[in-house]
Amino acid sequence: MFVYLDHTATTPTSPEVMKAMMPYFGEIFGNPSSVYSFSRKSREAIEKARNQVAASLNADPSEIFFTGSGTEADNWALKGTLEKAKISGKNHLITTKIEHHAILHTAEYLHKVEGVDVTYLPVNSEGFVSVEDVKNAITDKTALVSVMFANNEVGTIEPVKEIGALCREHKIPFHTDAVQAAAHLKIDVKAMNIDMLSMSAHKMYGPKGVGALYLRRGLHPENFIHGGAQEHKHRASTENIAGIVGFGEAMEILQGRLEEDKALNSARRDRLISGILERIPHAKLNGATGDNRLPNNINFSFIGVEGETLLLDLDAKGISASTGSACSSESLDPSHVLLALGLKHEMAHGSLRFTIGRLTTDEQIDYVLEVLPEIVSRRREMSPLWEDYIKSQA
Amino acid sequence: MALDYSKKVMDHFINPRNVGEIPDADGVGEAGNPKCGDIMKIYLKVNPDTKVIDDVKFKTFGCASAIASSSMATEMIKGRTVEDAWNLTNSAVAEALDGLPPIKMHCSVLAEEAIHEALNDYRAKHGMEIIPVEHHED
Repeated sequence: MFVYLDHTATTPTSPEVMKAMMPYFGEIFGNPSSVYSFSRKSREAIEKARNQVAASLNADPSEIFFTGSGTEADNWALKGTLEKAKISGKNHLITTKIEHHAILHTAEYLHKVEGVDVTYLPVNSEGFVSVEDVKNAITDKTALVSVMFANNEVGTIEPVKEIGALCREHKIPFHTDAVQAAAHLKIDVKAMNIDMLSMSAHKMYGPKGVGALYLRRGLHPENFIHGGAQEHKHRASTENIAGIVGFGEAMEILQGRLEEDKALNSARRDRLISGILERIPHAKLNGATGDNRLPNNINFSFIGVEGETLLLDLDAKGISASTGSACSSESLDPSHVLLALGLKHEMAHGSLRFTIGRLTTDEQIDYVLEVLPEIVSRRREMSPLWEDYIKSQA
Repeated sequence: MALDYSKKVMDHFINPRNVGEIPDADGVGEAGNPKCGDIMKIYLKVNPDTKVIDDVKFKTFGCASAIASSSMATEMIKGRTVEDAWNLTNSAVAEALDGLPPIKMHCSVLAEEAIHEALNDYRAKHGMEIIPVEHHED
C-alpha cells in the first residue's frame, strides 16, 4: 500500500491541470514577447491564468506577478522592499521565528549584506504570533512586516487580517507567505489587508517551478530578476507558459472545491489526531486546534523516540510522512519552528508530521492508526530516554 | 532531506541485534545527550575468569544510523576480551556498516564512546586502571 501523507511537501499535478498545460509545450510554443500573431496565443494563455489567480484572491490581474517559485516570491518581496526602502532611510524588517527558510534565510542575508535590522517575533506554545508584539516592534525605520499566513510544520493559522490592519494604520507594507495557506483557505487580499502575498502552484495540485507574488497596486519594490520586459517589466525571464497555465487552472479548480475539501480534510485530521491520542500514550499534539489549524496538518511529538526512525519505519509500511528532527536534515539542530513553540530538543527530535490531501482515504487513516502505535512502542522499548521518562513519571 | 543508507545500515536498523538491558551488568556506559538527538546506553556481561564479553545489550535513542551503529558495535565486541574490545574504533563500526553518510559519522563515534564508558565502568568495579577518554560534544 502506498500512503502519501506529505501533501505539505508537494502534491501531484492533477490530470485536469496537466491536460490544460499540454498544448503549451509543443503546440502553442510561441514566445509571448514576440510580435507575430502566433505568439498572441501564448500571451492570452498567460493573461487567462493571471485572471484565474487574481479572481481567487479578490485581486486585480495587474497585481499578480508570476515567479519561478514561492521561494522566489518571498525573496522578491523582502529584498525588493528593503532595497527600495533604503532611499527613505528605512532599514528595519519585522518577521517571526517560525517562518519558512525562504523568509528566514532571506532576512539573514539582508542583515548580513544590506545591514538590515531584523526583528524575529516569538510565538506562543500553539504557534501564534501576537498582534501586540508586532505593534511593539514597529519603529519609524520599519520598512516591512512579513508574517506567514499559516505555518507549514504545525499548521497554525496566524491573525493575518489583524496584523494587516495594524500595518495599514502605520502605513507599513505587510507581506504574508501564503504558500501553504493558499492551498486550503479562502484568501481575500482586500478584506484581509494584505499588501504582498507569496504562493506556489505545486502545493495546490499544480506543477512545480511556478509561483506568484501578489503586489497591491501602488507598491513598487525593486525587481529581483533583471533582464527582459516580461511580467510588465517586473520579473524578467521568458515565461513558463505551461507552468503558468497549470497554476491558473489549479487555482480555479481549488476555489470550486475549497469548502468541500476543508470539511473532509478537517474531519480526517481530527480523526487521526484523536485516534493517535487514544492509542499512543504520552503523545503530544504540536500546534493549534480546530479552525486555527490548517485542515490538513497533523503534527505530534512522541517522547522517547526520534523522528527519522519513525519515518523509516513508516516508509517500510508504505507510508510517506515528515519530521522536524535534525536527523532528517543537513544540520544537527531540530526544527526551528518546534523550538520556537517551546519544545525541548528531544521532543522536537521526536516529531512526526502527516499532511493529508486529495490522495488520502478513510482506509489510509485507519491503516496509520493501526501501524503507528506498534512502531512507536517498539522504538520506545529500545530507547534509554523513554526508560528515564517512564521512571520519572512513576 | 533524504539520506541514502546502505543495506547493512537498514538491516541493523530494522532488525537491531542485542537490544535490551542486562539487569546485573558488570559494566554500563552511556554517551550522547538528548539535545543533539542521540543517546546510547551499553550493558556488558563479562566472564570473570576469561574476561571475555559474554553478553552485551544496548538501548539507543537516535536516528537510524545511531541504532544501526549500536547494533553493529555490540556485535563486534561480543566474544572479545575487555582489553581487546577497547580497540574497537568508530571507523571500524562505520566500515562494517558499509559506510555512513558524512553527517552521520558522529553516530559511530557515539558507539565507540558508549563502549569505552561501559568498559571503564567495568574496569573501575574490578580494580583495573581507568583509561582516559576524549568526549565529543555531538
